[in-house]
Amino acid sequence: MTTHFAPASPSAVVSMDLITKTFPGVKALDQVKLDLYPGQVTALVGENGAGKSTTVKILTGIYQTDGGTIRIDGDPVTFGSPNDAAKAGITAIHQETVLFDELSVAENIYIGHAPRNRFGLIDTAQMHRNAAKLLADIGAPFSSHTQLRELGIANKHLVAIARALSVDARVVIMDEPTAALSHKEIEELYELVETLKAQGKAILFISHKFDEIFRIADRYTVFRDGGFVGDGLIADITEGDLVTMMVGRSVDQIFPDRDHDVGEEVLKVVGYTHPTEFADINFELKRGEILGFYGLVGAGRSEFMQAFFGITKPSKGLCRVNGDIKVIRSPAEAVDNGIVYVPEDRGKQGAVIGLPIFQNITLPSLGRTSRNGFLQLAEEFKLAREYAERLDLRAASLDQDIGNLSGGNQQKVVIAKWLATQPQVIILDEPTKGIDIGSKAAVHEFMAELAAQGLSVIMVSSEIPEIIGMSDRVIVMRDGLIASELTGDEVTPEILVRHAAGITTPTESVAQ
Amino acid sequence: MTDTATTRHIPDRLNSRAARIFKSWEALLLAVAIAIFVVNSFASPYFLNAWNLSDATFNFTEKAMIAFAMALLIISGEIDLSVASIIALASTAMGLAMQHGAGTPELVMIGLTVGLLCGAFNGVFVTILGLPSIVVTIGTMSLFRGISYIILGDGSYSGYPSSFSWFGQGYIYWVFTVEMLLFVIIAAIYAVLLHKTNFGRVVYAIGNNPTGALFSGIRVQRVKFILFLLTGLMSGVAAVCLTSRLGSTRPSIATGMELEVVTMVVLGGVNILGGSGTIPGVVIAAFVMGLVTFGLGLLNVPGIVMSIFIGLLLIGVIALPRLWAMAATRRKA
Repeated sequence: MTTHFAPASPSAVVSMDLITKTFPGVKALDQVKLDLYPGQVTALVGENGAGKSTTVKILTGIYQTDGGTIRIDGDPVTFGSPNDAAKAGITAIHQETVLFDELSVAENIYIGHAPRNRFGLIDTAQMHRNAAKLLADIGAPFSSHTQLRELGIANKHLVAIARALSVDARVVIMDEPTAALSHKEIEELYELVETLKAQGKAILFISHKFDEIFRIADRYTVFRDGGFVGDGLIADITEGDLVTMMVGRSVDQIFPDRDHDVGEEVLKVVGYTHPTEFADINFELKRGEILGFYGLVGAGRSEFMQAFFGITKPSKGLCRVNGDIKVIRSPAEAVDNGIVYVPEDRGKQGAVIGLPIFQNITLPSLGRTSRNGFLQLAEEFKLAREYAERLDLRAASLDQDIGNLSGGNQQKVVIAKWLATQPQVIILDEPTKGIDIGSKAAVHEFMAELAAQGLSVIMVSSEIPEIIGMSDRVIVMRDGLIASELTGDEVTPEILVRHAAGITTPTESVAQ
Repeated sequence: MTDTATTRHIPDRLNSRAARIFKSWEALLLAVAIAIFVVNSFASPYFLNAWNLSDATFNFTEKAMIAFAMALLIISGEIDLSVASIIALASTAMGLAMQHGAGTPELVMIGLTVGLLCGAFNGVFVTILGLPSIVVTIGTMSLFRGISYIILGDGSYSGYPSSFSWFGQGYIYWVFTVEMLLFVIIAAIYAVLLHKTNFGRVVYAIGNNPTGALFSGIRVQRVKFILFLLTGLMSGVAAVCLTSRLGSTRPSIATGMELEVVTMVVLGGVNILGGSGTIPGVVIAAFVMGLVTFGLGLLNVPGIVMSIFIGLLLIGVIALPRLWAMAATRRKA
């Protein structure tokens, strides 16, 4: 493996050198370096567990380093607290930025540093004037008086960015800013990044999506397992080389070959309707089939899946499982009918954090691992081990709290939990969102293997390559309705985006 | 980075059973209990007396019966503050029935049934209407006792049949009381229920993440409803024992007991936010509270000072591991 070094530039705003951070039992960062330059976007690339989040936390003063030097404009600094980092002009927009639903946009932007009047009270008028100017600068389509609660996720991001700008930041850290955004919203975010660059801000951009790294980054820095691997200019590297640096091996970027016949109908869904979220959902699913659900965020895909799984109540709708009409009113009934759901929100809905891995895996299967309602720990460990090993789970022990696992491994536990119930239909909601490229390939391979064994898979995904690479058939949803159903050659990026966005005229080009 | 083609082996557990027990909250609490026992036996010559110790168990047996059910409820992320008022209502109902000529078996049935119904009442509001249990049970705390006051006013019931006194005043053998036996049986039942059954596992899952439990196909509301029923039932059992022991019913019976029950549960290491705790911990906590009140009683410490001691004990024992951890990090830094 070759190591790439960018030419040293004296103009770095922030320069981290030989930074080390140790947690009990783990060296999270081992002598890494990272330089950020004004007016440039640096992409920090690495698998989950590479040390990206730790780096962000050190830069924002949440963690203190155990070794190494941070320099701002060449002068060594130490950040004892988040406040020190903020004073140095470093600000971060996190994956899940902490904002306050009950406050106005202006209050969210200025919380903690609102302009004061001569009595020391918050100068509301001045605050709104400043906020309005910031919002205008970033082209936000809402007023500073709006309650945050009324905004969608993309607009909340704009508020977070406005907040970052309100402290007159020189360095902006964006940690997976596009993870929850739709295609159009991502485009708007890119424009904003260009604006920030033009203002001379140094941007640290963390993303798992390669297309976006190559689209907006000027430089890259690669970490692997807490160590520095290399850095340089994006213009000097190919996607393949970057992946190799990141994983330390070449990863098969190609989706698994899926050459098999689908069987008879397993599931038929008729007329599922919800008062506000979706209407008239009809489709069928065959044995061994992977059915993709594509759409923009907010198209009603997850909302339908959760209603179908019995979490929320649809106003009407029937389904037929193996030829029998069923009414599914609760997740317990869905599981009884062999239908299981791997939610998008792993931390809250998928994993029961606080319980050990093996108890997470056996939770829906306790009926099988127990005797007359009494726990049989040996049986539980056996079942948990079987599925943990099938999914190549990386864990210290099966008794470890699931909360200590990385995102990708948590996802494996959630999938293992459901496979252990021997389901007929597995619904995967954004199964590879926010997990590293190595785990992603493993999940894809496993999905193909399951389908080949006769399991029917419904895969909700917002990633076009994943939809195209994995699905036998694709349903596109728009505004709570099924916009189209596509098979074979019809499944192209252009058609997917058109149907999802409701673009009907063939002349209009699709931004890519 | 090793590239393994074969499946890697993941061990079941890393910590041995002995290490886990040694490092547990329960071990710390047991040490506290032993310390209190030793201090007490030096402080008063009357402490190490079988009959005195036997009398002392009444300080905690009734509360502990409720505390076991309450422990499960708190582990699941809910709470029931109406338990003492359920005792008042159940006791009043028994007194009313006694005046109409009910015998001992009927009285017991009525006490338990009123407990169950009160538990069901709480459960309906929390699980079907989705209201927060702390609010619902603060409401029913006033409601249940209020009904007792309406029925009894300033009066009281006494003159329970002599066979009824067996529950609260009877002895099984030598110094061992009926209540002690009930305490041991109920402790064993709840320990098995929480630690050895699917139901107990599900209670932990709900307490750690109710949404995740629901998404795992668990009937979360049904489980919580059962837990309210159990807490109501145990309050009914405590009502039978307490009424039997006192031989009378006043509407002020067991006033403030709900806080002592919650104190016992929390002292026993149950996380007040739900998700963790054990029955052995609550058992030890029951002994600790019983020993402290008994010991202070022998030294003629007034009741109000005793409650100060219990409060300090609770805060002290809970703060101890925290202080320990803070001291440890400071030493490292």
